[in-house]
This record gives sequence, structure tokens and C-alpha cells, in this order.
Amino acid sequence: MSKKFWLSPLLLVIGMSTLLAVLPGMLGVKPVVLWTDRFIYLLVVAVIFLIAYIRHKPHLRQPWRHVLNNRQAMVAAVILCAYVAVGLLDSIHYRQPLQGEKAHNGEKLYSVEVFSALDALLSHLRERVEKTYSAPFAYRLYSMETMIASDGSQYRAYPRLKYGAAHLQDPASQRGRDILFKTLLGAGQGLIIFAVSVLLLLAYLARSQALSFKQAWRQCWRAESASALRIVLYTLAVLMVLSSVVWKLSFFYHVFGTDKVGQDVLYLALKSIRTGLVIGTLTTMIMLPFAILLGIMAGYFRGWVDDLIQYIYTTLSSVPSILLIAAAVLSIQVYMTNHPELFESVRDQADLKLLALCVVLGITSWTGLCRLLRGETLKLREMDYIQAATAFGVGRFTIIVRHLLPNVLHIVLIMVVLDFSGLVLAEAVLSYIGIGVDPSTISWGNMINGARLELAREPIVWWSLVAAFVFMFTLVLAANLFSDAVRDAFDPHLNMRDKT
Amino acid sequence: MLAYIVRRLLYAIPILIGVNLLTFSLFFLVNSPDDMARMHLGMKRVTPEAIVKWKQERGYDKPLMYNANISGLGAFTDTIFFEKSVSLFAFNFGSADDGRDIGFDISQRMWPSLAIAVPVFIVGILVNITFAMLLAFFRATYIDIWGVVLCVVLMSISALFYIIGGQFLIGKLLHLVPISGYDTGLSAVKFLILPVIIGIIGGIGAGSRWYRTIFLEEINRDYVRTARAKGLSELAVLFRHVLKNAMIPILTGAVVVIPALFMGSLLLESFFGIPGLGSYTIDAIRNQDFAIVRAMVFLGSVLYIFGLILTDISYTLVDPRIRLD
Repeated sequence: MSKKFWLSPLLLVIGMSTLLAVLPGMLGVKPVVLWTDRFIYLLVVAVIFLIAYIRHKPHLRQPWRHVLNNRQAMVAAVILCAYVAVGLLDSIHYRQPLQGEKAHNGEKLYSVEVFSALDALLSHLRERVEKTYSAPFAYRLYSMETMIASDGSQYRAYPRLKYGAAHLQDPASQRGRDILFKTLLGAGQGLIIFAVSVLLLLAYLARSQALSFKQAWRQCWRAESASALRIVLYTLAVLMVLSSVVWKLSFFYHVFGTDKVGQDVLYLALKSIRTGLVIGTLTTMIMLPFAILLGIMAGYFRGWVDDLIQYIYTTLSSVPSILLIAAAVLSIQVYMTNHPELFESVRDQADLKLLALCVVLGITSWTGLCRLLRGETLKLREMDYIQAATAFGVGRFTIIVRHLLPNVLHIVLIMVVLDFSGLVLAEAVLSYIGIGVDPSTISWGNMINGARLELAREPIVWWSLVAAFVFMFTLVLAANLFSDAVRDAFDPHLNMRDKT
Repeated sequence: MLAYIVRRLLYAIPILIGVNLLTFSLFFLVNSPDDMARMHLGMKRVTPEAIVKWKQERGYDKPLMYNANISGLGAFTDTIFFEKSVSLFAFNFGSADDGRDIGFDISQRMWPSLAIAVPVFIVGILVNITFAMLLAFFRATYIDIWGVVLCVVLMSISALFYIIGGQFLIGKLLHLVPISGYDTGLSAVKFLILPVIIGIIGGIGAGSRWYRTIFLEEINRDYVRTARAKGLSELAVLFRHVLKNAMIPILTGAVVVIPALFMGSLLLESFFGIPGLGSYTIDAIRNQDFAIVRAMVFLGSVLYIFGLILTDISYTLVDPRIRLD
């Protein structure tokens, strides 16, 4: 391993940012970077460097090896990666050029609507909007309409959908067979993609470890040490087949039905992933510097610094968090309504509101981490190596950065991973109370909120509720399983998970 | 002990002042009363007169911190800060936007909240401890492993799903209990039973897992080995020794929330239409009734601090070694 661990991630980051900078020009679109996008890019860069750093340090590699060998955790990690991939695709925003129109100085004009790379990928879902509700795989609308027969008389019936199952002549009899056929076709395609990727992986393994292809095959599928790898491959297979089937079907049907204004529920559920991830990650990222700095300062300096910091976090944590969030979000709402000039567009405002929500959630959740770090620092500062550093005349700042910080980082990591799932769940609850993300932002909370009243209808409109819950549940479950493994690997004796 | 309690109460004062300053700055400094008025009246029909009238109705027309028009003590008391924030210390909550007295409403709505929160709390703890004991008894077997997986699955389900699913299944499909509503006296039971059950089920995952780690930590101690060595059955060890010694961490988590039970459960009450403090808070947030939100923030922190003191006192009850002086 080379000494300069930062070299290859740096190249990767430079490569990725040039790609992001050059690609929009080639495709003729105008890139748009929202505020949350900036933080997400920053986070991605930080994670890339962190991974390189961890690979470089044996004592950090060790616990991660535990996680990598944990089968439950690896299944969870694959699912998390799928979510993250969707979320990242949804964080590259652009504006399309307007066809044929030019401003008088010859510049290109761009549409006001901001799309993301995910939108471009799912354009068939986004554009095929029905009139109102329709059930999953339906070919008729949910509600009856008055229609005119060929002889001029009026009658009431369920109209055919504009796009769902529109390719079928007689959907009532053909639909079952068509769905089965397309499912098998999609599954076949998924398996082919999976097989190709496994072959590529094996070829890479064979090359990097100087094995023959057959040996690599045997090592991958037989060896005891590769059991975690195998489970990853199985999960990947399931994921690829599933998504390929859904992808195939989504061109002909509304797989999860449509919502009140006729939007495809699958599209909404996929778009919600970004909102959930942003809340789960940016919140901790925003609060992290404060929590770390204040926690270590309180523990290391003691005296009045400690008193002051303790006072601040006791005060903040004594307010029930939901009320503190409500109070802060309400006053942000007032501020935003009174200062509309600060925002370029509605999209911009919704985005900043999402960021503000992250900040508010961060303010209410940093106290726990701060308290833990203070306690740990109190313990560490009496340790011999810190005493020795002090005796050698090492400055306080250096002691904090070089000796204390690295030794509390495992606590920080565990807390970040543990907090994630709770934050994703909190988003839905906050949206229900009315202090969550902007109503125009697509999120699971808003989906549930919009759909919950429709349960009273006859027949029941259950699909958007179920879709939102299933997508949210999968993410949270994967995050919970993964965080358990991380906690066990890094600190088996530290049980910091609060009851809440 | 008395001296300790008095000292703790005194410690609470600066924290409450901090909470008070925090809410005051959130509601009055970040946004002036004029901003709030404009928001409330809607952007279109805002006239300066309407704003003045709105402020007058709610007593927001005074200076924020210092009233220069009045000399003497009145310069400090005849201000928004004194009337809206300092008066909270006397539990004088003022009146809501619809003119009702907040203090009276709280005293009325407290009881339905307690009717849900107390059973959820007590039965919930019993269920969680029982389940956790079961897992601890079968530790490191498949029952334990799958029990923990079940806990993680239960924790990963949104609280909204429990409520909506429960309402749908029990109320709408099976017609066992009414979906929502409330009644006084004993007839309230049929309205309360579903939210209580849902509240308990919703808490099993996280709760049982937490208690299980507590028990497992105790189970590896020396005194447990001694108890086993002298021939006690595993059940006797669990109930007579482990449970008793696990009381301190259990109390740490449980007693703190007892006073906060008054605040009720936001989600349960609002979904089931129970007129408690939880739904009161949610309605206030939705109607942007800042006076109620302020009052609830203050009340919430008072109850939390009270809970912390109660926790310390409860330690002395379960562990005679702990003395508070």
C-alpha cells in the first residue's frame, strides 16, 4: 500500500467533478446545483477520502473487516447502496434548453423546470400522467365517468387509462398473460445482467490475485472465507432481477398505481429516496462539527467552559424535541413567508426549507453525542499518553486534534449510523404534524399524509400508502441492521442506543 | 435528601430561564410580531391597521424588552418579554388565538392524555420487560436470535403504519371498536383500547431490545455466577437477582418520562381524535397558534426537569447504597 493514501481518491474526485462539469455541456443542458446538492457532493467527497484513509490504517481496517464478514450487514449494505445510488442520481440537477427560442442577445434559453438525472432516466414514468387514481396494473381509471357511446347516448363507465395497459386490445383477457410474459422477460434480462457482472467480477478477481479463472470461480463460490461475498452476490441477483422486472413492466403499466393527480406512485416513491437520505445524512453532518468541538472542549478544558457547554446542552435537551422542532420550523416558516425575495424559485425555496429542517433536527439531536463525547474526553484526558503529551509541552490544540479526536471517532461513527434510521422515520411523522418538508417536495411523509385519508374511500385506495411504507421500511430496516453490525464491530460494550 | 431536592430545584431555574429565552428569541426576535401578524392575516389583505389590530388583540403591541414610555419598574414589566415569557414561570399561560385560556384548556385536556399515556406506559414496560426476560432466558439460542431480529423489524416500522394499519384492521375491517372519538367516564374505554394497544405494540421493538441488553450485561456478572453455583434455578436467578440489579438502568430510562406522560402522545391522540394535550399541541402547530406552542415548550421542559429529579430520588428507593446529599 502506498504512503500517499489520498492520491487515488483525489484522482477519483477530480475525475468525477470533471465528468459532472463537462457532461451537461455535451448534452446541451444547463447544470443546476441546489443547496442540498452541494452538501451531498461534499459528503460524497468526504466519504471517498474516509474510505481511503481507513484502508490505509490497519487499526481502522480491522473493525471494518468484521462488518464486511457479517452476512446480515452485507445484505443491508447492498440494499443501502441501491438506495444511495438512486439518491445520488436524483441529486444531479439540470435545466433543459427551450426548443427553438433564443434570447435577443443570442443566448440559449432554458426551461424553468429543474430536472434530475433520475427524472431523465424515469421520464416514461414522469410524463405518463393519468387523470386520477388507478390501482396497480389497472387498465381502467379508479372512478366512473360519463361517456358518450357511438350512437350519441350517454352512459357511465370506468374509462380506459391513457397509458396503463394501453398497448392491449382486450385488457380483461390479455392482461394476466401479458404481465406474466413481461415479468419473465424482465427476470431473464436481470439474470443476464447479473451473470455478466459476476463474470466481470471474477475476471477482476482472477487478474488481481493472479489466479486462473477456474480458481477464482472456485474461491468465490466454494471458499469458507467468501461466504459474505456470496451473500452479497445473492442479494445483488435478487435486486437486479426485481428492478429489471419492475423496469420492464413500468413501460406498460403503473406498477404501484397512480395517485390523486394521476402521477405514477413508483416514480414518487423513488423520488422520495433522496429526501429521506438527505434528512438522514445531512442532519448528522451539519450537527457533527458542533457536537465534536463542544463535547471535546467541555471534557478537556473543564472549568467554566465545561459549565457553559453543559448548560447549553441541558437547556436544549430539556425541551421535548418535537416541540423544539415545531417552534423552530414555525419561526422559519414565518421568516420565509415574509422574505420571499431571498429565493430564486419555488424549487429553491423548497430546497432551502429541506436544508433548514436538517439544521433544526441537527440542533435537537446534537446534545446526545455532545454529552457522550464530553464523558469520553473526561476519561481520556487522564490517560498516560495525554499526560505525557502535556508534559512534553504539546499545545492544547494539537492534543485535541492529534490525540483526543482520533480516539473518540468511533463514538461519532456509531452515533451517525445509529441516528440515520430514526431521522428517516422522523421525517414521515413531522410531515404528518405539518412541520416537515415543504408540501411540494416529494417525500414518503407527504405521500403517507396525502394517502391516509383515502383509506376511507370505497374501494380502498391503498397503493400509495403501501408503496411509501414498503420503501421506507426497507431503507430503515437495512440501516438498522447495518448500524448494529457497525456498533458491534467498533464497540461491543458500549450500548448507547437510547430507548427512543 | 430534602436539601438535595431543594438544590436540584434551584439548579432548574437557570435552565428554565434558558428555555424561556430560547423560545422568546425564536418567536419574537427572529420574527417580529409584525411578521407573525402578516403571516396570520395572509399576504393579500394585509393593511397596517389590520396588523395593529391583530397585535393589540394578542397583546403583542408592546415593546420587546424595555418600555421607554413608562418610568420605574413598569419599563420592564409592561413589555412583551415580561408578559409573555416571564409570566410562564407563574404558570400563567395567557390566552390562545381563539381567546380561550390556555391554562384552563391544559387542565381539562390533561385527563384524556393521561388515560392513554398511563396504560401505554405501565403495560408497555411490563410487556417489554417480560419479552426481554424471555430473550435473556433463551440467550444465544435461535429463539433469542430471531427475537432480536423481530425487534429490529418492529423498530423499523413507522409509527404511522402501526396507527393507520391498526385503525384500518380493527376499526374498519373487523368493526370491533370505533375508529376515533372520545367520551367521558367509563364509556371512554372503547375509544381508548385501540390506541393503547397500538401504543404498546409500537414500543415493543425498541423497548425489549434495550431491556435485553441491560439484562445480558447483568447476566455476565459474578454475583449471577455465584447464584447459579449455589444451585438456584435459572428462573430464580433471573427474577430474584438479575431483575433486581437491572432496576437502576431501567429506572434511568423509565422514570424520566413519567411526568412527561401529561403531555400525551402527539400521534395517537391526533389520529384517534382524543381531546388530550397531544392533539392540542398538534392543532396549535397546524393553526400556527404561537401562544400554545410557547406554553407547551415551557411545560414540557418543566416536566422533563421534574422527571430528572424523580429519577434521582427513585435510585435511593431501589438501591440503599445511593444517598443523595
